Amino acid sequence: MASEAAITCRAVGKVWAAGTDRAHEALGPLDLDVAPGEFVVLLGPSGCGKSTLLYLIAGLEAVTSGRILAFGAAVAGPSPDRSLIFQETSLFPWLSVWQNVGFGLSIRGVAAAERRAAARVALQRVGLAEAMDKRPDELSGGMRQRVAVARALTMRPKVLLMDEPFAALDVQTRAKMQDFLLDVWRDSGASVLFVTHHIDEAVALADRVVVFTSRPGRVKAVLPVALPRPRDPFSAASEALRRELTMLLSDEVDRAFAEQEALV
Amino acid sequence: MPSDIAAAPLLVRAPSRRLRRAAPVLARVGWTLVSVGLFAAIWEACWATGIADARLLPPPHVFLGNILAQARYFNTAQSWQVGIAGANVPSPPMAVMITIAASTARVFAGLLLATLAAMIVGVAIRYFLWVERLVLPSITLLAPVSPIAWLPVAIFLFGIGNRPAIFMVFIALVFTMTLSATSQIDNVNRNYINVARTMGASKRQIYARVIIPAILPGLLVVLRLNLFSAWMVVLVAEATGVGYGLGQVIMLARNTFNPSLVFFTITLIGLLGFGCDLLLRTVQHRVLYWVPQTTGVLRGL
Repeated sequence: MASEAAITCRAVGKVWAAGTDRAHEALGPLDLDVAPGEFVVLLGPSGCGKSTLLYLIAGLEAVTSGRILAFGAAVAGPSPDRSLIFQETSLFPWLSVWQNVGFGLSIRGVAAAERRAAARVALQRVGLAEAMDKRPDELSGGMRQRVAVARALTMRPKVLLMDEPFAALDVQTRAKMQDFLLDVWRDSGASVLFVTHHIDEAVALADRVVVFTSRPGRVKAVLPVALPRPRDPFSAASEALRRELTMLLSDEVDRAFAEQEALV
Repeated sequence: MPSDIAAAPLLVRAPSRRLRRAAPVLARVGWTLVSVGLFAAIWEACWATGIADARLLPPPHVFLGNILAQARYFNTAQSWQVGIAGANVPSPPMAVMITIAASTARVFAGLLLATLAAMIVGVAIRYFLWVERLVLPSITLLAPVSPIAWLPVAIFLFGIGNRPAIFMVFIALVFTMTLSATSQIDNVNRNYINVARTMGASKRQIYARVIIPAILPGLLVVLRLNLFSAWMVVLVAEATGVGYGLGQVIMLARNTFNPSLVFFTITLIGLLGFGCDLLLRTVQHRVLYWVPQTTGVLRGL
C-alpha cells in the first residue's frame, strides 16, 4: 500500500468498566481515517469520548470493539511514533526543562551530552532555547505546553495527539500557541489529531473538522476546511464555518443536557 | 515594606542585604522563644500563686536551675557489667551527652531501617501482584497493633541493649510507612506515567524514573510525621530496660520520685525532637527543590 492512512479507525468502540453494573458506553462505533501530514480537529461537547479516542489511538487504553491501525499496523500499545500531549502540564517537576525534553531519549539510553544537544534543537523550534536549564515551575502555562511539544518532537513522532492542550491558557496566549503549533506541524510533517470543544480553535487549525455526537461519541459530521493559511478569523468563509459548526454542536449539547436532566 | 512609608525614610535606614535575608529567620526564632516563654510564664505564675505545688510540678526555674545536680542521675555506666569502677564513669555533663546521643542514634537507626524497608516493600507490592497478594493483608493486619504490644517480643528476641530499642522503633513505623508508600504510588499523577509510556519506557524504567521521584516528597512528609512517633517509641523501649537512655532516666526519676529530673528530661526530649524536625525540614527543602514551599494562603483568609 503506497498511500496508506496514518491512522485508521474501524468500528471502534469503548465501554468503561465493561462487564460490571457501572458499565457505560463512551465511544462508537466509530470510523475515522487520518492522512499522513493531515491536521484533523475532533470537536464535540464535553464528555463525548473524544479524549477517549485519543487514548485509544495512543495505545494507552485498549479498544472494547473494532480496531485501530497506525500506518497499517494494529495498535497494540503505546509507541514513540504516536505522541500524546495532555491538557494539564505533564512535565516532570524534578527534572530541568532540557532533561524533560530529553526524557524519551534517556529511556533509549542516549548519553547526556547528546540528549542535551537534541533538547536544544527541539527547544529552539519552540522558541525556548534560553529556558533550557530552568525548572518547569519557573515557566508560565503556555511555555510549559511548548516544552511538552518540544518533548514530543524529540521522539520524531509521525502522529501528534493533542488532548485540549491549550484549554487552560488565556485567549491571547492560545491564539499565539495556535500559530506556533501550525509552524511546528508544517516543519515536522506529522499528522495532528487535535481534541477541542472550542469552535474557534477548530476553525483556526483544521484541515478537517470531525464533529462528535454526545455520549457515546460517534462521528456526526466531517467538514473539510479549504481555507488558506494564515487564516483570517473574521472572513466570511470563517464566519460561515463557525456558524455551521455551532449549529451542529448545539444540537448535541442540547441532547446531552436533556439526558443529564433525565438522569436527575 | 515599612521603608516605603513616606514619613519613615529619614528615620529608618535601608537595612543591609544580609539583614533583610536574616529577618524572617530571626522573626521565626523570636516567635518560637515567645511561644515557649509564654508557656513557661504561665507555669511560673501557677507556681507563684500556689496553684502548682513545687514538689510535684516544679516550675522551669527550679528544674532548669539544678541541671548539674540532676545530671548526676545520667549514669551511663552499665552497673551490671563486671569491672566498671567508679573512676571510669564519665562526668555528669558528659553522661548527659552520651545518653542523648544513644537515644538519638536509636531513633535514627530505627527510622532509617523502617524507611528503607517501607520503600522496598511498598514498591514491590505495587510492582509485583504476587507480592501484594502475599504481603499486603498481613501488613494491613499488623499496622494497627500498638508498639507497646511488641515490647515483650523485642525483649524475647533481643534481650537488652540497643537492638530491642531499634527494633521497637522499626516495628512501630514500618507497617504504616509501607501502607503509606503504596498509597503514594497510587496517587502519582497518571499523566506522568502515561508520558513515560508513550515514550516507550518499560515498567522498570517507569518505576525508577517516574514513580520513585514522584513519591519522594510524600515519603519525606511521612518520615517527618513518623519522627515524632519514633521518639515516643524509643522512650518506651528505654524505660523498660535497654541500658541507658532518656527513657531510662525518666523511669529512674519516677522510681526515685524526682519531678525535677522528669521535667528536665522532657525538656531535653522536646529540644531533640524539635532539632530533628528542623533537620528533616532542611533536608526536604534541599533535596526536594521542586516541591513548592507552603505558601501563606491560609493566612490570607
